Amino acid sequence: MTTTARALPLAKRYDTGILRWVTTVNHKDIGVLYLVTAFTFFLVGGIESLLIRLQLGEPNNTLLSPEAYNQIFTMHGTTMIFLFVMPLMAGFGNYVVPLMIGARDMAFPRLNALSYWLFLFGGLLLYSSFLLGGAPDAGWFAYAPLTSTQYSPTHGMDFWVLGILMTGVGSTVGSLNFVVTILNLRAPGMKMTKMPMFVWQQLVTSFIILFALPSLTVAATLLFLQRNFSAPFYLAPQGGDPLLWQHLFWFFGHPEVYILILPAFGIISEVLPVFSRKPIFGYSAVAYSGVAIGFLGFTVWAHHMFAVGLNPIADAIFSLDSMIIAIPTSVKIFNWIATIWGGKINFKAPFLFAVGFIAMFIIGGLSGVSLATVPIDFQVEDTYYVVAHLHYVLFGGSVFAIFAGIYYWFPKITGRLLSDRVGKLHFWIMFIGFNLTFFPMHILGLLGMPRRIYTYGSQYGWDTLNLLETIGAFIIALSILTFLWNLFTSLRGGEKAGNDPWDAHTLEWTTTSPPPAYNFAAIPTVHSRRPFWDQKYPHLAD
Amino acid sequence: MSRKKIFSPQKILLTIGLLSGLGLAGCAGSPTWFEPASSNAALITHLGTIIFGIAIAVFVIVESLLIFSVVRFSRKRDGEPAQIEGNTRFEIAWTAAPALILVVVFFLSLQTLTRVAYSPATDPAGAPASANALHVRVVGHQWWWEFDYPDQNIVTANELHVPVNTVVNFDLESVDVIHSFWVPQLAGKTDVIPGHVNHAWFQASQTGTFHGQCAEFCGTEHALMRFDVVVQTSDQFQAWVTQQQAPVATMTGAAAQGEQLFLNGACIACHTINGTKAQGKVGPNLTHLASRSLFAGASFDNNAANLKRWLSDPPAMKPGTQMPNLHLSQSDIDALVAFLTSLK
Repeated sequence: MTTTARALPLAKRYDTGILRWVTTVNHKDIGVLYLVTAFTFFLVGGIESLLIRLQLGEPNNTLLSPEAYNQIFTMHGTTMIFLFVMPLMAGFGNYVVPLMIGARDMAFPRLNALSYWLFLFGGLLLYSSFLLGGAPDAGWFAYAPLTSTQYSPTHGMDFWVLGILMTGVGSTVGSLNFVVTILNLRAPGMKMTKMPMFVWQQLVTSFIILFALPSLTVAATLLFLQRNFSAPFYLAPQGGDPLLWQHLFWFFGHPEVYILILPAFGIISEVLPVFSRKPIFGYSAVAYSGVAIGFLGFTVWAHHMFAVGLNPIADAIFSLDSMIIAIPTSVKIFNWIATIWGGKINFKAPFLFAVGFIAMFIIGGLSGVSLATVPIDFQVEDTYYVVAHLHYVLFGGSVFAIFAGIYYWFPKITGRLLSDRVGKLHFWIMFIGFNLTFFPMHILGLLGMPRRIYTYGSQYGWDTLNLLETIGAFIIALSILTFLWNLFTSLRGGEKAGNDPWDAHTLEWTTTSPPPAYNFAAIPTVHSRRPFWDQKYPHLAD
Repeated sequence: MSRKKIFSPQKILLTIGLLSGLGLAGCAGSPTWFEPASSNAALITHLGTIIFGIAIAVFVIVESLLIFSVVRFSRKRDGEPAQIEGNTRFEIAWTAAPALILVVVFFLSLQTLTRVAYSPATDPAGAPASANALHVRVVGHQWWWEFDYPDQNIVTANELHVPVNTVVNFDLESVDVIHSFWVPQLAGKTDVIPGHVNHAWFQASQTGTFHGQCAEFCGTEHALMRFDVVVQTSDQFQAWVTQQQAPVATMTGAAAQGEQLFLNGACIACHTINGTKAQGKVGPNLTHLASRSLFAGASFDNNAANLKRWLSDPPAMKPGTQMPNLHLSQSDIDALVAFLTSLK
């Protein structure tokens, strides 16, 4: 039987302009769409945080009404979690994972596009509430029964539920796509134990999303039925129970923390070895501690509920589980330090952000252990101490890692390097602003300041620290402006990157910057964990 | 408890303050659990100083390692570094070390938990139930606190009076959303949840007035849902009880006119004044309003000027409050305030 080579019929392609971006199914285009959209939401959430800090800059301030303040802090939390960190990590994943594993695209390109558009329109739906009668105002954690129509009469919470469900479907579809891609499309020779660490963490994160999100979906759907069809799931007077919400929400909510931080661990585990010119120290320990965190993350949800009156035995068990998670986390930190140890450091902006990540994440981890200590939690829960803790994990952690990733992969994505000098300036301004904003929150919490209050009196001794935090927040804003300036000047006139500006280890650096639509002319065969390094330095090969 | 401790609360807070380069200037008067005023809160403070001490030690060690490795290995040198992929001994060591520290932390935590979780006056396994224990029912409302003393037949709001050195047991209930009962210097938080009756307790060890505040986000005026706890000597507390149990005095002059306005107006739909036809349960019981130093969720000083401002337009003073603007005339307001300030 003879075969005739024949081109597959292609859909009409739009290579330029807006039509390209609307119709694309290429993983790199979708990755860029994710990154740009998520970063835009970061700017919006950042402006919300500046409003919060302006309001709290002095006691008895009347800049914002209590109603406005409650809407803004609800939208700040919801935005940063669902519309910034989660999709931004998905953006890195989309762009980088297929390149790292030597694939031509994600397993399901059209589904991939669907995930992005669901995220975008979910976010726009959520934000349209500002124009359509009021934004959600019950906090990103949306505790029942404050979310019922009796106590939250605007349609804000309905927008919240629908926006969350929509982005949630996008995340679920996207995660499924990652799992199938990573399990099936790896280059020949790339066994699971040879995958880059970022791919490992994306795989674990995708599984966590698949198992955790259903709980939020159920909780939010019940809430929607309650608000619109009088089904009183969370209303005590009609036989429901407000604590049902808390269990369902935190069964999702705590794994969510790992959804936000594991991809950050992945970025750090790529950047540190490249800039230390060494392999990751303890590959298996770093990979499997991520898996361990993924599993353990599902056993600790009630540590958000120590004060609800569970019995002390349940408190003790959830406390123990929470402390156990600190072990794989410490393992990672020591492995990262050991990766730097003995290296020959190429001291560039991505490395600086990665080190900043470790330094700040240590603080977040230690305050986390103190929060898992139940009696201390009774005193610090729902105070600014928790606000400090979560920002040391999600800003000092995730956001510093995100910038490490941006400085690291920007040349691959655009073909040009970001300015290293401006990048370091950006780092130091952000580092100072971050610590000035969030470190004093630990002390304010210990001094008795509760979270989520729109005002406070001058009699409590909280004034000075609050003012410092407000100044710090504006210093962070300045650092973001520095970054944007770097971004725009480098896009126009940045140094040409070439294929491999960092002398890196993994496959994405073997192809051009930016890579062609098909990524690789020939799919490489992989023999080790650092295929590109081993090709460049055969005498130093693994 | 002994004052001579290696890690005194003051030292720890000072250390944290110095670390941040801020000091603790201007923090006097803060409702901080680092100045505990009850036996149970002191236990948590003691635990806190130990845990924070351990955390600071770990912080210093790990951050030093990180900074040293970055500085040391940034030096320019020839050749490529050794391509070390791991070291099982080291990795076992730095898995075991945090595990050991956490075992210590967990057992210290457990020890304190068993002592603060159960009230000594109700714990079946602990001391015999004390006949001296005071029982108070706390009811959370958007956005004020109701305190019922069932054994003394007293209902009051936003100002909790308790005797010193006495176990006080609380039943916590909510009529609307979730609140959280918290007096940092006397006890950690316990949530106040509709459909549930939660329990809390403390045993104050010194007299004084302590700041309490709702700690769970509960809607528009979460920030203005405060209360005061007045810890008194046994004699002072008895005097307070006697005063609260007294019937309303006979009013004269403007106060009598205000009383008539109150009892024949809309006020009685929401407020109770014992021994009159005013039996509303939506707002605070006002029988002895003038004996309290603050009002409206302990947000404003209780004086004639503030009460007049309040009655002329409550939502202007506290946006979101459930008390509507009743559009009272100035003369009615004057009379009502004369009445309210007489409710000693």
